[in-house]
Amino acid sequence: MAFTLFILLIPLCVFLLLALSGKRLSAGVTGVIGTLGMAVVAGLSCFSAYRYFFVIGQSGGNFPALVPFSFEWLRFTDTLSIDLGILLDPISVMMLTVISTVSLTVHLYSVGYMRGEQGFQRYCAFLSLFTFSMLGLVMATNIFQMYVFWELVGLSSYLLIGFYYTKPAAVAASKKAFIVTRFADLGFLIGILLLSYCTGTFDFGELTANNGLLVIGSTTGMAFLGLSAASWALALIFIGGAGKSAMFPLHVWLPDAMEGPTPVSALIHAATMVVAGVFLVARMFPVYYFAAHDVLMLIGYVGAFTALFAAVVAVTQTDIKRVLAYSTISQIAYMMTALGVSGFSGPDGLGYTSSMFHLFTHAFFKALLFLGAGAVIRAVHSNEMSRMGGLRKHLPVTHVAFLVACLAIAGIPPLSGFFSKDQILDAAFHHDKVLFVALWLVAGLTAFYMFRLYYNIFWGKERTYEHKPREASWTMLVPLGILVVLTAVTGFFPFSKFISSDDMGYAAGINRGVAASGVAVALIGILAARMLYRKENDRPAQLAARMGGFYRAAVEKFYIDEVWMFVTKKVIINCVARPLAWFDRHVIDGVLVDGTGRLTEKIAGSIKGMQSGQVQYYALVFIAGALAVAVWAIYI
Amino acid sequence: MSILSLFVLIPAAMLLCLFLCKGTKAIRAVMVAGASALLALSLVLVGLFVKERAVSDTAMLFTQDIVWYAPLNIHYAVGVDGISVLMLVLSAAVTFGAVFSSWSMSRHYFMWFCLLITGAFGFFISTDLFTMFMFYETALIPMYLLVGVWGTGRKEYSAMKLALMLMGASALLLIGILGIYFTSGHTTMNIVELAEQQIPLAHQRWIFPMMFIGFGTLCALFPFHTWSPDGYASAPAAVSMLHAGVLKKLGAYGCFRVAVSLMPQGAHEQAWIFLILSGAGVVYGALCAVRQTDLKYINAYSSVSHCGLILFAIMMLNGTAMRGAVLQMLSHGLTAALFFAVIGMIYGRTHTRDLREMGGLMRVMPFLSVSYIIAGLASLGLPGLSGFAAEMTIFVGSFQHPEILHRVLSVVATGSIVITAVYVLRAVGKVFYGPVQNEQHLQLTDAAWYDKIAIVVLMAGIGLIGLVPSSLYNLIENGLGPILRQPGAS
Amino acid sequence: MIPMEYYLTVSTLMFFIGVFGFISRKNLLAVLISIELILNSVEINFSIFNRYLYPDHMEGMFFSLFGIAISAAESAVAIAVIINIYRTTQNIDVRQINKMKN
Repeated sequence: MAFTLFILLIPLCVFLLLALSGKRLSAGVTGVIGTLGMAVVAGLSCFSAYRYFFVIGQSGGNFPALVPFSFEWLRFTDTLSIDLGILLDPISVMMLTVISTVSLTVHLYSVGYMRGEQGFQRYCAFLSLFTFSMLGLVMATNIFQMYVFWELVGLSSYLLIGFYYTKPAAVAASKKAFIVTRFADLGFLIGILLLSYCTGTFDFGELTANNGLLVIGSTTGMAFLGLSAASWALALIFIGGAGKSAMFPLHVWLPDAMEGPTPVSALIHAATMVVAGVFLVARMFPVYYFAAHDVLMLIGYVGAFTALFAAVVAVTQTDIKRVLAYSTISQIAYMMTALGVSGFSGPDGLGYTSSMFHLFTHAFFKALLFLGAGAVIRAVHSNEMSRMGGLRKHLPVTHVAFLVACLAIAGIPPLSGFFSKDQILDAAFHHDKVLFVALWLVAGLTAFYMFRLYYNIFWGKERTYEHKPREASWTMLVPLGILVVLTAVTGFFPFSKFISSDDMGYAAGINRGVAASGVAVALIGILAARMLYRKENDRPAQLAARMGGFYRAAVEKFYIDEVWMFVTKKVIINCVARPLAWFDRHVIDGVLVDGTGRLTEKIAGSIKGMQSGQVQYYALVFIAGALAVAVWAIYI
Repeated sequence: MSILSLFVLIPAAMLLCLFLCKGTKAIRAVMVAGASALLALSLVLVGLFVKERAVSDTAMLFTQDIVWYAPLNIHYAVGVDGISVLMLVLSAAVTFGAVFSSWSMSRHYFMWFCLLITGAFGFFISTDLFTMFMFYETALIPMYLLVGVWGTGRKEYSAMKLALMLMGASALLLIGILGIYFTSGHTTMNIVELAEQQIPLAHQRWIFPMMFIGFGTLCALFPFHTWSPDGYASAPAAVSMLHAGVLKKLGAYGCFRVAVSLMPQGAHEQAWIFLILSGAGVVYGALCAVRQTDLKYINAYSSVSHCGLILFAIMMLNGTAMRGAVLQMLSHGLTAALFFAVIGMIYGRTHTRDLREMGGLMRVMPFLSVSYIIAGLASLGLPGLSGFAAEMTIFVGSFQHPEILHRVLSVVATGSIVITAVYVLRAVGKVFYGPVQNEQHLQLTDAAWYDKIAIVVLMAGIGLIGLVPSSLYNLIENGLGPILRQPGAS
Repeated sequence: MIPMEYYLTVSTLMFFIGVFGFISRKNLLAVLISIELILNSVEINFSIFNRYLYPDHMEGMFFSLFGIAISAAESAVAIAVIINIYRTTQNIDVRQINKMKN
């Protein structure tokens, strides 16, 4: 399996080629290089998935974790070092296919979408950098390698959000994304430090071996504020994941990140990078389950709350990309909750399997939604729902694609979203009824806001457009087609055969009761949306008026951004940094340093009178001194 | 004659040539030739060192010892270990960059410049305390003139402050050196010989803080750091580069080579004091940088923060953290030099360093902007650039320390990575992104070829350390070995 | 023979008169005369100590002679300096002569 190394090297080479060749390449050549590179990577990824699952297959009952390549990059101590390598196990191979496929479609789509934009080469270079880092992240053999690539995806996200760097909103959004996730990464880093201090290793294999025995063994007896060291470490690591995966209250960066180009939102902020947090928890799942079950419960509740919260906000947003962003937050939180409610081994581990399954299907239909939204935005030159309406006649292909994606995310059979969502609901139902009810509500809300979006864009009253909206070019439609197919079929994969918490595989069925209730609530949501939005009417406005303050609060995203602004600007900047800067200038420098200077000056000033220049005065002092010496010499 | 003496002789020869030659072209030729020779020599030295190290296991290599003043046992003694070799390479690279980024300066400027680097190189090759001290002073005094005469803004004030604070620190050093000389029970000034002696603990207790504060002041140890923001803001670009890139490392190297390695027990006893000071400095410097509006002040405070991390790591007194400290010295040296070089070039064009008066420079001068961003990313610890390898080694090393206070302080120090991101991105966002603030800036040119040479050399170093940090592993380990084997070090 | 103390009393008186004059007089010439008094008191001491304590030796006497020669030279130089000061400042008040300060 050593050829998997090329999966990493090709995007890296493409990045270097595009970044270092200056401005000599034309847009066409750039697009071809980027897309071809990605196509090769996608081919290799699928081939490695085939090889891994079918040729190598299960040995001794479970899928082995292979490390075809690894070298020591940076040694810390005798036992700790950052190794860079490739780890192939079911979830990393699954992620490989997802990332490379979505990346390929996004590359191809970008060729059409970004036509005529300044800096297309820069854009492609950053996309390749992102793909490289993301692939490195999922194939990481140890937690520090993951952190390395974790930072790199953060960088590429920063660069791509700020792609339109002359636009102040984009610059602010990119900065916000980087700093919020960096803050979360601090938790991740401290978690890694704590974990490695206890266990003396970074390696995933060693950490998760024997049901996390190493972690449990090395942290017994260490506790702080009632939580064990293992819980602290894993909770801190989860903070890192929560930052990247936009869990409440660290989600504030993701809606703003929509300032980036739409294909970027599809790739990074919907399908791949934002699920890194879910992937991280899944990667460390045995450790979470056995060594820190309290943290896993916390993850479940944080996830469910975030899912509900984001779904409510999504209902009220009018910027279509922001709706999708909140929808993404909600869906990722769904996956997190699934991990939180999961058991271990066999059918008990349904939560784990369903989480990964939902990650897999969500990547395709969410990318499809974003790319479809991109086609719409490209056609009407606006993100605002109020500027759209009746587009189904102008954009027939996009319309169909978008509808498929909406049905999938709403969980209507037989599309992929149905299967994964049903499994999550099933897992929650068996584990914790409160979480189940929350997720069930979210399912209804999801269907509602997605169809609100759908009807507002493609139905409703037709608006006046600057020029007649035109269907996108083939480079944009082909990716849509690919994703439609994937959205339609991936649900039928026997996912649990390959991916399960103990890597053994089992057959998961459909729980009819749960499935029926899930579909029912989705249909209610869709019907409600149809009633309110299919034709222009004043029912939505009335409803909003009746909801009063709650509606306002939801439109304003429950003022979480304002809270963050208050904490950072008012508290940290104004109450800490500013006084410190003042303290440095006026106390340490002004009083201590300049004060010493002034003191010296003052003393010099007061004793310089002695040097009067009067020779007789000197003589007097001299004689007085001589007499004093004489007296001293004689009497003492 | 040892190859090492060349490091002092070349700058001295450059100084002599500058006396003789006239005309801008000749001056530039001398400077470029000299700087290139130094850089080449330092790289050759690495090769020779590796070859020589394979067959010899003495503490220092390429040693040479000439009696200079017998009554006090003062020798001109030189020798290098792995760490000093790296410091020499760093100094040569920064010097090279500094020459190219002070392209249009006058003859007198370059003469003081040569004197300054003579001192810096001399310091790193010396193994005799007194010679070391002398070279240290040689490096400091030209600084006063370079800042005071060729600086900008409140240059006299800054130059005076810088010179007086550092002179005050070197007074402590002199007392400390005499203390070591008279209490070691072995009348020698040679570091290698002294390291084999035990200075009595009672004496270590007072000599250690003197030496550490003395050298630490040069490395901007909180709260003795205030010379550095003013000094850097007023100094011409190349001088800021040399100061942040090389002279601060002089301080860190001194803390390491003299204070900690000669007085390990004293260091061990008092570690907590200096850990608290330097750990506070790390966060404090970063927070102060957040509020600055002058690009140079931002980077000066950033440098307080990063150098605080070096001292922090040294005082952890364990192998990993110390290795991180050496990496951080190199990383910070190159990054800070790159920062100041780029800021100097931007200032030379826009004639302002105020964040609020600039904007959208990415469109006007893409090369300089990208260089600044790369420097910024390196300083906020992005993997693949030098800062990451250094900082992570420090954090992992210091978190492995058995004592709880040390681990708590390491957590505090890690907090700086977030604050660093804040001030770096704030500056980048304001200066390079967004719409162009000042219409006149649209007329400005991007980097000239000599600017590019300076930038590329520094960036190559940053990338090299960032991508293959393990290549330096053996060199550093080699220098650390003797220090870590000493009693008292853990 | 006159006791030694008498001579010493005279020389001490002379010395302190000289000191007093040196400190209190304004006129440079008066200051110079005071210095002469001090020197002469010292020479008296040399001669007396030699004569009374070590009558066999002559060092004290020689030293007095040296002192006289030196004080003569010194007065010559001092007067030259004073004349020059007078020429430049039209004044020989010692308290006004602080031009070297600053």
